[in-house]
Amino acid sequence: MAAPAQLPPTRPATLLPTGGPAPGVERVVSRRWGRPQSWTLASYVADGGYRALKKALAMTPAAIIDEVKRSNLRGRGGAGFPTGMKWSFIPKDVPGSTGAPSKPRYLCVNGDESEPGTFKDRYILDNDPHALIEGMAIASYAIGAHTAYVYLRGEFKRQAERMEAAIAEAREHGFLGPNVAGSGFALEAHVHRGAGAYICGEETALLESLEGKRGWPRLKPPFPAVVGLFGCPTVVNNVETLANVPAILDRGAAWFAGLGTEKSGGTRLMCVSGHVRRPGVYEVPMKMTLRQLVVDVCGGPEEGRTIKAVIPGGSSSPVLAPHELDVACEFEALKNAGTMAGSGGVIVMDDTACLVRTLWRISKFYAEESCGQCTPCRDGTPWQEALLYRMENGTAEPGDLDKLISVANAICPFPPMGLGNTICPLGDAAALPVHSFVQKFRPEFEAHLREKRCPFPTPWGRSAGAYGPAAPVARGWS
Amino acid sequence: MAAILSRYPADRKRAAMLPALRLVQEMKGYLTPETLALVAERLGVAPAAAGEVATFYTMLRVTPVGRYVIDLCTNVSCSLCGGERLLRHLERRLGVPVGGTTPDGKFTLREVECLASCGTAPVLQLNEEYHERLTPETVDALLDSLP
Ligand SMILES: Cc1cc2nc3c(=O)[nH]c(=O)nc-3n(C[C@H](O)[C@H](O)[C@H](O)COP(=O)(O)O)c2cc1C
Ligand code: SF4
Ligand code: FES
Repeated sequence: MAAPAQLPPTRPATLLPTGGPAPGVERVVSRRWGRPQSWTLASYVADGGYRALKKALAMTPAAIIDEVKRSNLRGRGGAGFPTGMKWSFIPKDVPGSTGAPSKPRYLCVNGDESEPGTFKDRYILDNDPHALIEGMAIASYAIGAHTAYVYLRGEFKRQAERMEAAIAEAREHGFLGPNVAGSGFALEAHVHRGAGAYICGEETALLESLEGKRGWPRLKPPFPAVVGLFGCPTVVNNVETLANVPAILDRGAAWFAGLGTEKSGGTRLMCVSGHVRRPGVYEVPMKMTLRQLVVDVCGGPEEGRTIKAVIPGGSSSPVLAPHELDVACEFEALKNAGTMAGSGGVIVMDDTACLVRTLWRISKFYAEESCGQCTPCRDGTPWQEALLYRMENGTAEPGDLDKLISVANAICPFPPMGLGNTICPLGDAAALPVHSFVQKFRPEFEAHLREKRCPFPTPWGRSAGAYGPAAPVARGWS
Repeated sequence: MAAILSRYPADRKRAAMLPALRLVQEMKGYLTPETLALVAERLGVAPAAAGEVATFYTMLRVTPVGRYVIDLCTNVSCSLCGGERLLRHLERRLGVPVGGTTPDGKFTLREVECLASCGTAPVLQLNEEYHERLTPETVDALLDSLP
């Protein structure tokens, strides 16, 4: 059979952002989005781009790491790990060598963006690829890497093209290549496209995938900082994390730290989807509460509907009930609320949505994406899915809810006591939604069992508006 | 192929596996045991190493597909905005279940996980191009427009 037809692009290569900055917010990462040709080098340089790189190249790597540490920048990929500290874990030069480290080091950019509900990195890649390249160059210099790989999820065809074009442009103008900005520092950057596997967003699975293997997470330790890509010291950072770095160097750690809270510097990109009037990516201060974000910024659910549940950080994060929404969009605050900041993917469900259906779909995702290395995850995730399917379709038995909890407990007990029973956190990510949905919305599950059917006429809710008029495009972009 | 290999250290040719397989797939439509063996040989690994990769990733295909591959997202955000109903609509319209190819070899319908486009849900990829904020009507118009 012939190869699939190559289609001409049916839409402009830049997707317009659907959200915007929250009102009155200092914009860092989304500052340039929506400007004409914002993805070109000329436009980036005209806006002060690559100034921070030149400044950084005149500093020592240790001073850069110190600056990033003081900025309180924390990883935006999911775990919220302090970025400066991560960079400092790269072993120092081996003594006896002539200054050059014995093994190469690598920087890997995590652009896998596969956590359900998350769509922010895509906008960075579309609108401001040079901010990422500048952040990569600064990070590479700080950790002594001369090669950087940008791992993009396989579906990001346009984004990969844009990134490749930006890398070529940066190289042409000497911001990448053998002599970065005339400093003598050498850096090559390459795009590496994935091929469709959620697990490759996990940093060690990403490294395996980059090495040309299946995306099977590795046992840690050793951590990538010591044994990473090709057995060499490696830093893996999220796209948004690195896109923040130029601004830190340019305007200073104190300014960046001051934008955030005591323990998390800067702003955050939040992706809001589901039952809200104005879904999209919004740059918000860490202090903003989830309720402000969902109701004030995104307009809340449609007229006459009320919020039933909110997932705050991608489908792996425990769900919150409406009375729990007065929590800041910040790592510590969300952790104290029994959930996590995760990837910033906020999914809103209004009162017409069936949470059994929702949890079934979430469980189906993890069953599909488990890599199959650990028994509790490989066997438990399809079991969770099957039990929830039965509840939703009226074929469940009375004990199924308890059974569901015991299956989830076998993957990761609740509340989680440190690490779960699996190699990587996907197992925990599969079990925690089950625990939290059942704990907070038990009556809904019991109603399904009692009535032996789904009591919702349209389980995904919002029946009339489900295909409704398209949401307005690009508000608030200068 | 040489351009792909140049991105990785000379002693780590295996790293070119995904780009190489995708290149071959783009030319041939899907991956046969022969092409897998060929790629493996070029990268200096056993054919099984290419085979296990080809079956691990959802975008790599070891069976033929239609000229147009429809990858519809039905993950939570999309389904909350009508994704699952869109899937039923497409199944009815094309007359094939999820995973199926129409008898004329024109369409393959697949259900995929979150495509990182949840703010413009529901979405699908048609031969790797995104189409967003879909309704049954706009999907019909899209399919009608294809040669
Ligand atoms: C199952 C799983 C999936 C993940 N997916 C992503 C992802 O798509 N993008 C990402 O940046 N980080 C993802 N992570 C987090 C990475 O493992 C890693 O923590 C992150 O890339 C580190 O970068 P940061 O410190 O800049 O956040 C995932 C983690 C797990 C366990
Ligand atoms: S927890 Fe699941 S996804 Fe992670 S390594 Fe184990 S089996 Fe694979
Ligand atoms: S849920 Fe469909 S794109 Fe994210």
